[in-house]
Amino acid sequence: MALRPAGEFDVSFARDMATIRRGWQWVLLFAFIAALYALPFYASESTTALINRIGITIIAVQGLNLLTGLTGQISLGQAAFMTAGGYISALLVGKLGWHFFAALPAAALGAGVIGLIFGLPSLRVKGFYLVMATLAAQFIIPWFTRNAFPEVLNGAQGLNVAVPEIFGLKFNKPDQYIWLTLTVLIPSTIIAHNVSRSRLGRAFVSIRDNDLAAELLGINLFKYKLFAFFLAAMYAGAAGSLEAHNLRHLNSETFNLVDSIFLLGMLVVGGLGSNLGPIFGSIVVELLTDASALFGPFVVELFPDAAGGAQAMRPLFFGVTLILFLIFEPRGLAHRWQIIKAAWRLRPFSHT
Amino acid sequence: MNWQLLPQFVISGLLAGGPIALTALGLVLVFKSSYIFNFAHGQLLLLGALMTWWFAVERELPLWLAIVLALALSAVIGLAIERFTLRPMTGQPLLSIILMTLGLSQVLQGLALLLFGGSQRNFPQIFSAADPYIITLPWLIDDRPLILILKQNLVWSFVAAMLGVILISAFFRFTSIGLAMRGASEDHELAQSLGLRIHRIFGLSWAMAGMVATAAGILLATSSGLDLSLSIVVLAAFPVVLLGGIESIPGVIVGGLLIGLTQGVVSTFKAQWVRDMTEIVPYLVLLVVLLIRPEGLFGQKRIERI
Repeated sequence: MALRPAGEFDVSFARDMATIRRGWQWVLLFAFIAALYALPFYASESTTALINRIGITIIAVQGLNLLTGLTGQISLGQAAFMTAGGYISALLVGKLGWHFFAALPAAALGAGVIGLIFGLPSLRVKGFYLVMATLAAQFIIPWFTRNAFPEVLNGAQGLNVAVPEIFGLKFNKPDQYIWLTLTVLIPSTIIAHNVSRSRLGRAFVSIRDNDLAAELLGINLFKYKLFAFFLAAMYAGAAGSLEAHNLRHLNSETFNLVDSIFLLGMLVVGGLGSNLGPIFGSIVVELLTDASALFGPFVVELFPDAAGGAQAMRPLFFGVTLILFLIFEPRGLAHRWQIIKAAWRLRPFSHT
Repeated sequence: MNWQLLPQFVISGLLAGGPIALTALGLVLVFKSSYIFNFAHGQLLLLGALMTWWFAVERELPLWLAIVLALALSAVIGLAIERFTLRPMTGQPLLSIILMTLGLSQVLQGLALLLFGGSQRNFPQIFSAADPYIITLPWLIDDRPLILILKQNLVWSFVAAMLGVILISAFFRFTSIGLAMRGASEDHELAQSLGLRIHRIFGLSWAMAGMVATAAGILLATSSGLDLSLSIVVLAAFPVVLLGGIESIPGVIVGGLLIGLTQGVVSTFKAQWVRDMTEIVPYLVLLVVLLIRPEGLFGQKRIERI
């Protein structure tokens, strides 16, 4: 367990269970959240747009963390569930005239149910066989949106998504949209954190560590594996709905296989199975791939005959980052953060 | 269903299955020796085809030399991948290894874009696309004789792919290195304690996988053109591997032909919604295989069921 600061004792059960332990930490937390909400007032629109995108990505990666990090079920279908959530929400708002705040949870639930269906093979197979099954989701769901019900889903063209609106306030710019994202991101972080330390999360972890032993201990694998798929797809659905209304256009390629790979990579870079992991990973990978765009002009100079030189930097940066993390820090940035914290508390005798 | 066209599509589907089987063979090669499922195989295939194109068109070398050079280079790439990315991962959990190959796929995709650009290429025609073989079958359907039109390039890529598959199976069956690879796939530690150089075997199987990928890439590029989407073709080979059984070379052939055949048959249906399914049929087959018989047609029953 992580080292506690000196003088910090758990004198009551409530104190032991607390996530935030001191008054000044509450103050800092609220100041941080307030600073995030106030972003549009002091940050440029491009910064706000970047943070907005990172926020949406964090939600999707948090879902993946529940499934892959805690339960150990590898999924390459997270982006497909985002597609599902995006389409459900776009249709509910666009065709049925629902309010966005009703459509978002509905999209999350709908995506969750679809996740349940594609989670069914997890009961029979695991490892890369399961990767294949989730990969099938990554092909079948976008195919469905391209080919089924062309009069509703509009085929490969995709849908134009309505702008969310509440009390006359339109969320049509990153400056406003970030409030929506944060309003979803904060509860999703709290839920993810509490799932991981409750009965449910402990069941997930036991399935990951040894499924046979978990079953002998009376953990219903059927129920918990499907529940993990449901939760992961719900998070993906919410993220997909947010991103669809943010981009205001959605088609079958908006969230594709490469996005699924990126989401898994972010999780590994951040740290599998830790609550800080999705946050660290999304921020670092998004910033890195964003920074890769800066190299575009140099690359075009170096390789003048390669038309796609500038776009090549994104997969290259991501792939190299992922490979380096897998070799040198497979437990991710969250683990590194724990080490730094422990070293700080033990100073001047830090041994890690 | 369109009965007149059915035999034509069955044959075309079977022929299309040939290069897919060769692609799948590359996956099986690596899996058989080192238990790694290579998600970067598609990008290896793409790089191999691009290198052949570069040598043959940009450097204007004769085609056979271009192919030999590309094969040699891809073997080196395969060796480098094994040495620098997968050997440090020995003993790591499956998830890390899967992610490593996924990360590799992104790096190779980026490299392909960086070095060659994303535009459509004119790949040199190895087999001519013109004057197809026309076979008239003696029996009648709907009072019309059955005519099969077989494109030359499809027929010859099929033959080349099958030759490759047979060569590799013979290599596994009859050479001592092939025997060592089969031994290593049974149990890594046991093989090592008996004096097999396990890392050398892994490296060799990766080099071979790179060469097989390049061969498949060349065949696919001659029949369907060369651009970055070539790496996606491999995604159709994943179901083949699972259908045939992940460790089985005959399974690859049967699986590849079956998937090609199913796609061919599905595309003859009259109903539009069935024909639309051609592109996802391999995945529907895959889901059925996973639910009913996860070890595939010819695989060993080693999957842990829980």
